[in-house]
Amino acid sequence: MYNFNHHRPGSVDAAAAALSSADDGKILAGGMTLLPTLKQRLANPSDLVDLGGIADLKGIREDGGSLIVGAMTTHAAVADDATVKAKIPALAALAEGIGDAQVRNCGTIGGSVANNDPAADYPAALVGLDATVHTNKRQIAADDFFTGMFETALDEGEIITAVAFPIPEKAGYAKFANPASRYAIVGVMVAKGPAGTRVAVTGAGPSVFRLGDAESALSGGISADAVSGVSVAADGLNSDLHASSEYRANLVSVMLRRAAAAAAG
Amino acid sequence: MPTVSMTVNGRAVTGDVEGRTLLVQFLREQLALTGTHIGCDTSQCGACVVHVDGQSVKSCTLLALQADGSEVTTIEGLAASNGDLHPMQEAFREHHGLQCGFCTPGMVMSAVDLLNKNPNPDEGEIREWLEGNICRCTGYHNIVKAIQSAAENMRG
Ligand SMILES: Cc1cc2nc3c(=O)[nH]c(=O)nc-3n(C[C@H](O)[C@H](O)[C@H](O)COP(=O)(O)OP(=O)(O)OC[C@H]3O[C@@H](n4cnc5c(N)ncnc54)[C@H](O)[C@@H]3O)c2cc1C
Ligand code: FES
Ligand code: FES
Repeated sequence: MYNFNHHRPGSVDAAAAALSSADDGKILAGGMTLLPTLKQRLANPSDLVDLGGIADLKGIREDGGSLIVGAMTTHAAVADDATVKAKIPALAALAEGIGDAQVRNCGTIGGSVANNDPAADYPAALVGLDATVHTNKRQIAADDFFTGMFETALDEGEIITAVAFPIPEKAGYAKFANPASRYAIVGVMVAKGPAGTRVAVTGAGPSVFRLGDAESALSGGISADAVSGVSVAADGLNSDLHASSEYRANLVSVMLRRAAAAAAG
Repeated sequence: MPTVSMTVNGRAVTGDVEGRTLLVQFLREQLALTGTHIGCDTSQCGACVVHVDGQSVKSCTLLALQADGSEVTTIEGLAASNGDLHPMQEAFREHHGLQCGFCTPGMVMSAVDLLNKNPNPDEGEIREWLEGNICRCTGYHNIVKAIQSAAENMRG
């Protein structure tokens, strides 16, 4: 790892100022993705702006029919939170299934969302639950946020401050996890929320996507049977040493049925 | 050079570090607390697990400066000052929960965090919790037994 200057600002404004005055500044959240990247010398930032000292960015609150999760809230905190368990149990279960206990104790929702790994779990939650990403400059709908593999709508130096999840009537998440890392080979979120029924798929393609056929099939009611005929083409899906695109296409159908069954309760 | 201060095993410590200094390097190289091991250096194996403010973390993937002002506990901080082993250490010894011992400090620290959160885990919960701790020797069975036995003893 090349050396860098470490900053630990106490507010979002101070963090934004530190980022804009740095030559090549980068945000540090839980470090679970960024520090391994730096160790491999795949990046060489001049400055790391550590959000760990900003109390405002941590914690979960309910506000006007939504759960607002601060960007620096760890996966473990989301998984253990009584309000999340009561209002969106599928979100708590998704967080509980990320990586391992120590990754969950450090990794944050803001870091996961900003990174937009094609195999990450949270993108499916944000798109499936029709969440909104709050930054220090604006609010971005999940549908517009994830723009491609490891790419998002964030501008240079823009800081995610929170993610707002409308509380759904029903939601369920199912993933086929990589047995080593627990990243999603395929993960599917099914939710019936204020904006209707949504189905989001992670792990299968270059970035999270919605499955329109499944959404129509579930519009009359959520059940595994309702989606038993839904399938996706392997074309354009990811293919790597973990799974071929055909295998992933099949997993989408299987995880879709499991997620629908979980959402139906 | 930045200065870092933290409490390690109940003792206040301060040191000069680089931005890139990892917590595990600070513990091993500056504080000579070599009980915390480095197995993979890529956040996979869990040999480096310590507690920061009561939470188990991989100290190979945390900057020393991220732990500034924190309470850190390493494997050296578990035994009583008279040398009596912590019930988890005792259980690993009793149940042959180690062979070469390389993974053991991380296993023990991870297991202690589990019992802090869930004093009565079943076998499945223990195995799931150990997802981030890799052992090349034991096959895990005796580690799981040790944690079950420690849980019983610690519940009293
Ligand atoms: C062994 C292992 C297993 C894992 N398994 C899974 C898994 O099963 N599922 C899964 O989804 N993930 C998994 N992960 C990834 C994990 O969830 C990470 O926590 C996450 O991807 C990054 O979050 P972080 O807080 O550590 O961010 P960091 O590593 O600190 O940052 C990641 C990126 O996001 C940027 N960033 C961070 N915070 C913000 C912010 N508030 N605003 C703007 N940009 C920001 C950083 O600049 C950086 O580019 C795993 C990781 C490891 C090491
Ligand atoms: S050395 Fe830290 S996880 Fe392997
Ligand atoms: S006892 Fe040798 S690695 Fe676990």
